[in-house]
Amino acid sequence: MGKKRWELLYIFSFVSGIIIIFFTVYPIINTLSWTKPDILWETIKDKEVIQSINLSIWSATLTTIVSFVLGVPFAYFLARKEFKGKSLVESIVNIPMVIPHTVAGICLLTIVSPRNWFGQMLNQMGIEVLGTTVGIVMAMTFVSMPLLINSAKEAFKWVSPHMENVSRTLGANHIQTFFLITFKLAWRDILSGMILTWARAISEFGAVIILSFHPLIAPTMIFARFTTYGMMYAIPVTTILIVICLIIFITLRWVASGKEREHD
Amino acid sequence: MIELRNVSKRLGDFHLDDINLIINDHEYFVILGPTGTGKTVILETVAGMYKPDRGQIYFDGADITTCYPEERNIAFVYQDYMLFPHLNVRKNILFGLKIRKTPQKVMEAQLEKMVTLLGIGHLLERYPSTLSGGEQQRVAIARALVTEPDVLLLDEPLSALDPRTKENFMQELKGIHEQIKTTTIHITHDFNEALVLADRIGIMRKGKMIQVGTPQEVFYKPKTHFVASFVGMENIYEGQVKEVNGQKVVQIGDVHLRVLTEEDGKVNIAVRPEDIILTQVNIETTAQNVLKCCVEEIIPQGPLVKVKLDAGIPLVAFITKKGAEEMELSPGRQIAAIFKTTAVHVFK
Repeated sequence: MGKKRWELLYIFSFVSGIIIIFFTVYPIINTLSWTKPDILWETIKDKEVIQSINLSIWSATLTTIVSFVLGVPFAYFLARKEFKGKSLVESIVNIPMVIPHTVAGICLLTIVSPRNWFGQMLNQMGIEVLGTTVGIVMAMTFVSMPLLINSAKEAFKWVSPHMENVSRTLGANHIQTFFLITFKLAWRDILSGMILTWARAISEFGAVIILSFHPLIAPTMIFARFTTYGMMYAIPVTTILIVICLIIFITLRWVASGKEREHD
Repeated sequence: MIELRNVSKRLGDFHLDDINLIINDHEYFVILGPTGTGKTVILETVAGMYKPDRGQIYFDGADITTCYPEERNIAFVYQDYMLFPHLNVRKNILFGLKIRKTPQKVMEAQLEKMVTLLGIGHLLERYPSTLSGGEQQRVAIARALVTEPDVLLLDEPLSALDPRTKENFMQELKGIHEQIKTTTIHITHDFNEALVLADRIGIMRKGKMIQVGTPQEVFYKPKTHFVASFVGMENIYEGQVKEVNGQKVVQIGDVHLRVLTEEDGKVNIAVRPEDIILTQVNIETTAQNVLKCCVEEIIPQGPLVKVKLDAGIPLVAFITKKGAEEMELSPGRQIAAIFKTTAVHVFK
């Protein structure tokens, strides 16, 4: 019998995988282990903390909905149409992912300020951005929408335009074809994009504090507690946020992979 | 009847160039041409997926150039079938009828008709990913025909099938067309497919339709060197028409071939390899061309043998394997090649 041999590349892949998993999981586990149960219990009962977590979840969900409504049709257009300047448009879509998020916040601040026409227009419409949920959602949407657009675009690319053509020759119009064929086939990847968008939105801090330090979302609350009371009072809020995010994230991933199993 | 008048379409570097074509009711029309020549673009333009840059498309006299695909009642089957993977076979087939809000009873009757026609009753509850290529093909055709389209467009429908399944399905397609008589446009690069199925054939090259005719016309009377070569005429020469003893001959170098033609001057001639008979006996006849030749190469091709000969001009003939064995053919052997004057096709 021959001696068992290992491919060098797999050994390297395995070792790098161990490092990545450790680097991701260990800080989270360590945070949880630092949490003192009595302070955690107190924090859970703290209305301000619960409100900030609720606001985070609600704002991230609203962000995902806005990104979905605006981003999915645009992603479909980008996946199906070739036009001059397309790569420029695609680069523009990705700009929020490459600029620092505090910079993104400042950029947004310049357009919602009363000195800008856009800010004046919002003012006339009675929409307040600074220090409101609108500001939070605007900041979250700005930085996380590219994730949904990119996921949806790739998902639509996987659906052959020929399949849409067949649907149309069978009598379905463009919109019917989109909902009955294209969207149904792209749905699970779009859902994955929505999960990423939601996760990115709920973790957003830099852009949000520029537009709306108050009302406090959970990351802002953690920052405030850390700078005001120190590590021991920031950790319980962190723990609660980690646990809630993981539960929602795992549930959504499970739903998405369930869809996958359904189609296999 | 479908009519394409001066249809042109540019797609990137590709250009569909001034296509004029009439396809009659109930006709099985095959568009034949090499890969990348624009066959699928014609089909997709007829189906309404592309709007021509120039020209019009008429169906029964009505201009449908700007109609959406869903307004044309033209069904399309792609070479990779394009079954909807999230729907089972039953739902795939009924898709078009449901969209048209067809009454349930009619849907059931139509489904039954298609299932019987294509023998796919046992597949109805299965999903496309569990079907073989041949089964997917049947389902795709059932889905296309169930809406009773005015025209059926088939984009290389047999190219993904193994040779045996392809052979059987070709006969089935022919049978289905004879039964339902839907006007069909079928594109392929396989001239055997065209020969078996087509009422008429259109040969395409580089975005142009260069010859349209019955299989007999296209295969035996090609109008250009390209068509002759594409339909398997391996013996194509350029020569000069002359008259010798009241009989027209074409001179190619030192070789003279008797021909029947009205053409004069410089011409092309083509002879199908299967029209050439090889013999060891030297026959002298005025009705036939007899060329003394030397065997250069013998290439087995399934049940046939391709024999390359030097007759003063390069000549290719097909004979059966048994015939080659009986003649004890081998390179260097001197034999005679005989073919009728009517087997020599003359074109400008």
